[in-house]
Amino acid sequence: MAYYEPITEIGEARLVQKGSTFAEVTDDIAGVTETPAPRGWWIAFGLAMTFVGIFTFCVGYLFWRGVGVWGNTSPVFWAWDITNFVWWVGIGHAGTLISAILFIFRQKWRTAINRFAEAMTIFAVICALIFPGIHVGRPWMMYYVFPLPNQMTLWPNFKSPLLWDVFAVGTYFTVSLLFWYVGLIPDLATLRDRTTNRTRQVVYGLFALGWRGSNRHWRNYERAYLILAAISTPLVLSVHSVVSMDFATSVIPGWHTTIFPPYFVAGAIFSGFAMVETVLLIARSVFKLQRVVLMRHLELMNKFILFTSLLVGYAYSMEFFIAWYSGNRYEMAHFLHNRPAGPFWWAWVWMMVPNTLIPQLYWSKKMRTSIPVMFVVSIFVNIGMWFERFVIIVLSLNRDFLPSAWGYYRPTIIDVGTFTGTIGIFFAAFLLFMRWLPMVAMAEVKGTMPQADPHHGKHEAAHAEPAAAEGTLAAEGAE
Amino acid sequence: MEHAKATEQKIAPTVILAEFDDAGAALHAAEKVRDAGYSRWDTHAPFPIHGMDAAMGMKDSRLGWIVLGCALTGLTGAFIMMHWMNGIDYVTVVGDKPPGAPQTLPSMVPILFELTILLSAFGAVFGMLGLNQLPRHNHPVFASDRFRKASTDRFFISIEAEDPKFDVKATKEFLERMHPSHVEVVEEEVE
Repeated sequence: MAYYEPITEIGEARLVQKGSTFAEVTDDIAGVTETPAPRGWWIAFGLAMTFVGIFTFCVGYLFWRGVGVWGNTSPVFWAWDITNFVWWVGIGHAGTLISAILFIFRQKWRTAINRFAEAMTIFAVICALIFPGIHVGRPWMMYYVFPLPNQMTLWPNFKSPLLWDVFAVGTYFTVSLLFWYVGLIPDLATLRDRTTNRTRQVVYGLFALGWRGSNRHWRNYERAYLILAAISTPLVLSVHSVVSMDFATSVIPGWHTTIFPPYFVAGAIFSGFAMVETVLLIARSVFKLQRVVLMRHLELMNKFILFTSLLVGYAYSMEFFIAWYSGNRYEMAHFLHNRPAGPFWWAWVWMMVPNTLIPQLYWSKKMRTSIPVMFVVSIFVNIGMWFERFVIIVLSLNRDFLPSAWGYYRPTIIDVGTFTGTIGIFFAAFLLFMRWLPMVAMAEVKGTMPQADPHHGKHEAAHAEPAAAEGTLAAEGAE
Repeated sequence: MEHAKATEQKIAPTVILAEFDDAGAALHAAEKVRDAGYSRWDTHAPFPIHGMDAAMGMKDSRLGWIVLGCALTGLTGAFIMMHWMNGIDYVTVVGDKPPGAPQTLPSMVPILFELTILLSAFGAVFGMLGLNQLPRHNHPVFASDRFRKASTDRFFISIEAEDPKFDVKATKEFLERMHPSHVEVVEEEVE
């Protein structure tokens, strides 16, 4: 988290608007949680809670009647439930990428968006975990996935990819939550110190754990942060790889593919960046965070979206090529016929166009720096990536081997209500987060500002080593 | 806490706070406190200051060793769990792999990995809190109202009364010589 001096020669710019002070950063970000919510917040929260209500009804009805209330039926036994699970887990991945992988690569610009992206990870993984929990038919038996002693003296089968998934997603959620919380501790202390309201002092104080900005603490804190980033990096790559093995270890054409793990990870990062952008653009305009979340950050995210779009497009093409090149007639029937020309051809188009074609707009600087364009593109990518999972799951199942076993799939209103309900849960949680917690990592942003450099400005003269001081002064003058 | 309140005799100093307006001043002051030989002292900043560890003469964090221990525990624990549950207590033969055979190892890799990561994360977070002796909500520095700015934009050096070299007058003068923007003797009632 060391200070950041832009290399102007290669076109780098400041991370925080020039002339901003530490106090302004605190005021901008902490102020959001201290003033009454704008009217827009209440409208959005009311809307989100409406969908939470719909979700509660749909899941209650599901528990009452059983999974028959969904459209899942022979031969499509996995449909929207698993599509939604994979979609939500994927969205979470960008959060970890931004908080961990970009931290390891010392990409200082991440400080503007990492808190936000980590929150998104946690809420997305909560939404994801709902689906395996409710799709099992008898959700009260869900504890069988855990290695707990039970009345049948049975243990879980550790050779099953579905069980790997339990451990992968469970670990992912726990580690993401810890990472997020560790990042929050210094900022919670800021909120505790600013407020005069007793309730806020007690609640924020409790969670700030008595943080006092001590350098003896920062030493261990920074090391803990580095270690968490270092272990989250392989973790995030493993999670969607394990999710993809739920499919790849089966023998269904369309699933039985070795390209799945990297392809799922690239898709996850792609969809996750799109979702971060959707939510960030709304929050930036509603809460006026233009001073911290600069166009430069948004443009970098768009470059990520373009890059991962190319990776995803490569994976799609490679699936087609290998289907043809393998000579396997079931593979060919699936990839060359059922996907582009089968009964769900429209779903395939919804996957291909938003994921591979629309992001190509970002080759143009004008497009990737236009707020309306990026908002629309991010929505398209979210939709396209949902359809990607729908294509993988439903289109592989609806026409497998024997034509006599083929079928069609139609979702029910309960499917739709459950899925839109989780979007409501996601946004409700997000709105609460934006209201009560600092949505930008204040301590980290301050650490990247020029004043954070102990050799910045007037203290050069007082520095013990004159040679070093001259060097810094020269650099200052050149700027 | 204002000095005016300190009228009773039962009040004793607990810590002296020197306040600085920027990171550089705090860093150079910390070098002087270190060289003066104080031991129970600290610096406080809204973000970690680059070079402050050296300025305070602190050693590297030991956290990595704690995490390494946790990682190895997670790895071996995961192996023992899977091997005992599927290979010894209730033999589950899947994919024609005999219990305990080396061929079962590849299928263990995901869970071996995940539990290694999970326990490392617990080690990193709870190890950090343990080394920092947090949570601790009652530190003497919190008695200062000005200290609330330490989490926004001020930098503090605190020297505790428990330091063997501590002397209210001498330490206060010592800190004042470093041109802080403010020096405060924090006092507390004692029994």
